[in-house]
Amino acid sequence: MRLSDLPRGTDAVIDSVDDHGSTDPVAHRLRELGFVPGEAVRVVATAPLGGDPLAVRIGFTRFALRRTEADRVNVHAAVGTPA
Amino acid sequence: MTTLNIALVGNPNCGKTALFNLLTGSRQKVANYAGATVERKEGWFTTPAGHTVRLLDLPGAYSLNATSPDEAVTRDVCAGTYKGEAAPDLLVCVADATNLRLHLRFVLEMRNLGRPVVLALNMIDAAQRGGMEIDLPRLQAEIGMPVVPTVGIRRDGARSLLTQLDETLPPVPTPLPAGTDLHALVRQILSDCVTQSTPLSDRVEERLDRWVLHPVWGPVILIVLLFFMFQAVFSWAQPVMDGIDAGMGWLGQQVGQLLPDGVLRSLIVDGVIAGAGSVVTFLPQILILFAWILALEESGYLPRAAFLLDRLMSFAGLSGRSFIPLLSSFACAVPGVMATRTIQNPRDRLVTILIAPLMTCSARLPVYTLLIGAFIPHRNIAGFLNLQGLVLFGLYALGIISAVVVARILRWRNADRQEATLLMELPAYRLPNPRDLALGLWERARIFLLRVGTTIVSLTVLLWGLSSFPAPPPGAPGPAIDWSLAGRIGHLMLPVFAPLGFNWQICVALIPGLAAREVAVGALATIYSLGSGTDTDQAAIQLGQMLPTHWSMATALSLLAWYVYAPQCVATLAVIRRETSSWRVVALAAGYLFALAYVAAFLTYHIARMF
Repeated sequence: MRLSDLPRGTDAVIDSVDDHGSTDPVAHRLRELGFVPGEAVRVVATAPLGGDPLAVRIGFTRFALRRTEADRVNVHAAVGTPA
Repeated sequence: MTTLNIALVGNPNCGKTALFNLLTGSRQKVANYAGATVERKEGWFTTPAGHTVRLLDLPGAYSLNATSPDEAVTRDVCAGTYKGEAAPDLLVCVADATNLRLHLRFVLEMRNLGRPVVLALNMIDAAQRGGMEIDLPRLQAEIGMPVVPTVGIRRDGARSLLTQLDETLPPVPTPLPAGTDLHALVRQILSDCVTQSTPLSDRVEERLDRWVLHPVWGPVILIVLLFFMFQAVFSWAQPVMDGIDAGMGWLGQQVGQLLPDGVLRSLIVDGVIAGAGSVVTFLPQILILFAWILALEESGYLPRAAFLLDRLMSFAGLSGRSFIPLLSSFACAVPGVMATRTIQNPRDRLVTILIAPLMTCSARLPVYTLLIGAFIPHRNIAGFLNLQGLVLFGLYALGIISAVVVARILRWRNADRQEATLLMELPAYRLPNPRDLALGLWERARIFLLRVGTTIVSLTVLLWGLSSFPAPPPGAPGPAIDWSLAGRIGHLMLPVFAPLGFNWQICVALIPGLAAREVAVGALATIYSLGSGTDTDQAAIQLGQMLPTHWSMATALSLLAWYVYAPQCVATLAVIRRETSSWRVVALAAGYLFALAYVAAFLTYHIARMF
């Protein structure tokens, strides 16, 4: 599942970040900001008018990112945590 | 004793600037880095043991792998390769203790620079309040550099840092082996040194964001905030602005009485005092606007407003960050252009600067009011809509729609196949610190008065000269301005502007209107010999009754269309030059606005004449 498909308020764990193209500065920056395998992530809000961009929480930090950016992040729902 | 060169580095939102202000107080200098439009902040202070320290506040960066001009400056200064900047003797790396998972990665990058580094663990008080315990000795051992706790917003919050600075420089940390997984290392360090007792969901951010980022309540909160902001700018500033206006008038009178009647008196009273006064009058508006913007920025709200408005702004090919500067431009494009500093993407910033003059600023209102009052009939449409109000609304809407179109064209022309990105941190909420607000406001006021003020004063003096010389021969008929250089220029301009339906009087009025748009009203009054023209409001009333006998409806509509676009505000062009350090951008802005104004006025005139 991609981060952009994750329902709001569901806890998930990051599997990987895909590069779009050979050198993808966005994917690179995402990894630097802590979007790395094993990190817990949750969508905390979606913007008005179509739900783009997303606000996600990862660790102690919250980020706003557009759906095209969130498309690069693969996640799986965390088991055992209440949605 | 030699001066110690220290550079302050850290992630954005780590509280670096508050710490900088705490250490240096008002002993700071703000300028731009040589050859870049990145703001360079430097300050001085003396340590308890008497060492003099030159402290450089580097732009916030997430990584030494730079993705913006700001980050590139930070990278190069840290590496000691930035031309014209001394290599720092010591790096003080600031990290937010409540956000170590993100910030420690950058701290670890510092280890490979080959320079002494000290880690300032900032906002340690907030971390402790949030139920976080940090084992400092262990952290120091694992991270490989001295660690000092700091609290940027407390008066004695830098004490341990100052003590550290008085000791001998720490050794250069051992570099990490190439290919180290920094995230894994951070995770390891955090699990060794930090214990967290309060669950995440109880944090203030979580609870506030549930409202502030809510799809319905979020926009409602934003609209209420903006409403108060504009109320403040337009109504709270008014008494102060009236006061400054009256003060300048009084000063002009006093000086006028002291000086003998003649050229010198006219130069000082009509040129310098009136010219400087018309600009200084805008200072209260600019300060109130900036107080709001700074407070919103410091509190952590601004990125959240950008989040809420991103979708709306993406229609123009921009991101949510462009919203506040564009909104400010409805008051005046000068603070609007200055506010674009909050936009990190340089291309978005440039496009925002270029379209900011299309937002209808308050100086255009007197001109609109005069022309609409004189030419548009006071009539109701569909029973409840006032035609005059509708035209005024149309002029505002025309500016906004044109801005969207221009932004899209600029984005499309400059498309470098790079997708528009938003990716930004939503920082922790913070109560704005009065000292940091005051320092920020002081800086804005200084920049405004010094740079824009001097430009304006020299130009108004120049325009005064053009409008006053040569003087008419004794007993000559008609207004004096007709005989002056400005008058002659007006006649020379006529062939260019005649296709727009402008007469030579309008052409002459456009010249002093360069200094400030609303001056055109006073200038028209002078040219049509309606008294002194100093009292703009009074002149406007009489002028409104006279104009329909001199101009056709098509000419009036054409002038309105011209005013929606025309680049005739020297202050805006001067601030664009200052903010972009580029005459090319100024030429581009002036050029495209002039072309739009000309085409719009031409079409309006010729279409209106068909009816």
